[in-house]
Amino acid sequence: MPNLLQAATSQVGRKILTGLTGIFLVLFIIFHLGGNLAIFGEADAMNRYSLMLHDFGPLLWLARIGLLVVFVIHAWIGISIWFRKRKARPQKYEVYSSKGGPSKQSLSSRSMAFTGVVLLVFVVFHINTFALGDMDTVLIDGREAADVKSLVIDTFQSPVYAFSYAFVMLLLGTHLGHGVWSAFTSLGLTGKKASAMMYTIGGIMAIVLAIGFLFIPLYIYFGGGCEAALIQCA
Amino acid sequence: MSTMTINLKVWRQKNQNAQGSFQDYTLSDVSEHMSFLEMLDVLNEQLIKEDKDPVEFDYDCREGICGSCNMVINGRAHGPKRLTAACQLHMRNYSDGDTIVIEPPRAAAFPVIKDLVVDRSAFDRIIEAGGYVSVKTGAAPEANLIPVEQHTSNVAFDYATCIGCGACVAACPNSSASLFTGAKLAHLNSLPQGQPERKLRTLAMVEQMEKEGFGDCSNYAECEAVCPVGISIAAIAEMRKDYVKASFS
Repeated sequence: MPNLLQAATSQVGRKILTGLTGIFLVLFIIFHLGGNLAIFGEADAMNRYSLMLHDFGPLLWLARIGLLVVFVIHAWIGISIWFRKRKARPQKYEVYSSKGGPSKQSLSSRSMAFTGVVLLVFVVFHINTFALGDMDTVLIDGREAADVKSLVIDTFQSPVYAFSYAFVMLLLGTHLGHGVWSAFTSLGLTGKKASAMMYTIGGIMAIVLAIGFLFIPLYIYFGGGCEAALIQCA
Repeated sequence: MSTMTINLKVWRQKNQNAQGSFQDYTLSDVSEHMSFLEMLDVLNEQLIKEDKDPVEFDYDCREGICGSCNMVINGRAHGPKRLTAACQLHMRNYSDGDTIVIEPPRAAAFPVIKDLVVDRSAFDRIIEAGGYVSVKTGAAPEANLIPVEQHTSNVAFDYATCIGCGACVAACPNSSASLFTGAKLAHLNSLPQGQPERKLRTLAMVEQMEKEGFGDCSNYAECEAVCPVGISIAAIAEMRKDYVKASFS
């Protein structure tokens, strides 16, 4: 048996890890979108959801650390692939084009490193804005809770925030367009039919998730926050 | 018989250490029935008559079997046609006045020897690392001594058709050799004869592939699109599965 660390850091091991961490991150963002959609629930639904997560206490921290580790592994391998690729072809082609057919070269697949790095930078800003931002407190069932909902609504009144957030979500969709299928392929998905079906499912997931995420800031911005029809404020 | 004028932009490089550059050539009276390599033969004849250095390019069988002729034609390994080696590409795919850019496969692991000829011995070293089965030598054994199911035999044969031309590396945006290594592994690992050395072979060939400086696979599947024998990227998935099995047992 080879050293497991050696296996995980080999060329094949890295790809499998990228796929595994990628699938984990997709599951996370589906979960995250569910939380975001609570903004359209009852007036205190989003803050209740946030309070519920905080009630997990140490478990929440465990989940956060786990998520951070997974994210760092995914980003680290992605960036190292980009550097290796440059080293593996020092002299570029004068002319280069895809042969089409079974090729999965597309805007989505060719921009993985770019969209990935933008998402990495975005996540840092995103955590700073929404997890570490100044929040008022509200009372929920007699308990003090962070007023996440007001922070979200206030933040997206700014066109810079609303539009840059929405733009990054388009890049997220672009990343997932190749990423979802690629993750399953890295984990050993074979078979022409299964692969074609997964490519379609991945594309649909990319579109649904991107629209889901970018709808909220744009709706808040154009709807005027608490004035918007679908948003109830206390 | 219709003939045409073809403009060529060919990569010329004296040796591995020399700085290469593109040279422009014009060929008139190119027959549509010529193969791509015959067209290059005509160019070389012209160059020799002018007392110039002919363009060095690799070929052997000119029947699409050996894989020597891999070159990058207008940005595509083996040219525009799918499932076709450069030697089986014919000039009828081009029109009068076309400009064709011809480059060697570009990868750090495939250094240019001269002009369009690259050193593909990195592939040989991947094979040396484990791309074989150890058998007792002597008289040929009876063919059906080891039963192989029809399906298994078909799958192994599909992967065995890899001719090691290196088009997969040439076309991969990352210069990955995953399709080549995957095909060789999937071929031997699917047969009963390949089982005793399966784990060692998988680990050793993957390690060698990395040592040679090929890039990572990003599932672009461009390799499958350019492969003259149509090997599927399922080979890469098989390699990954075998690698996990070999690493955990």
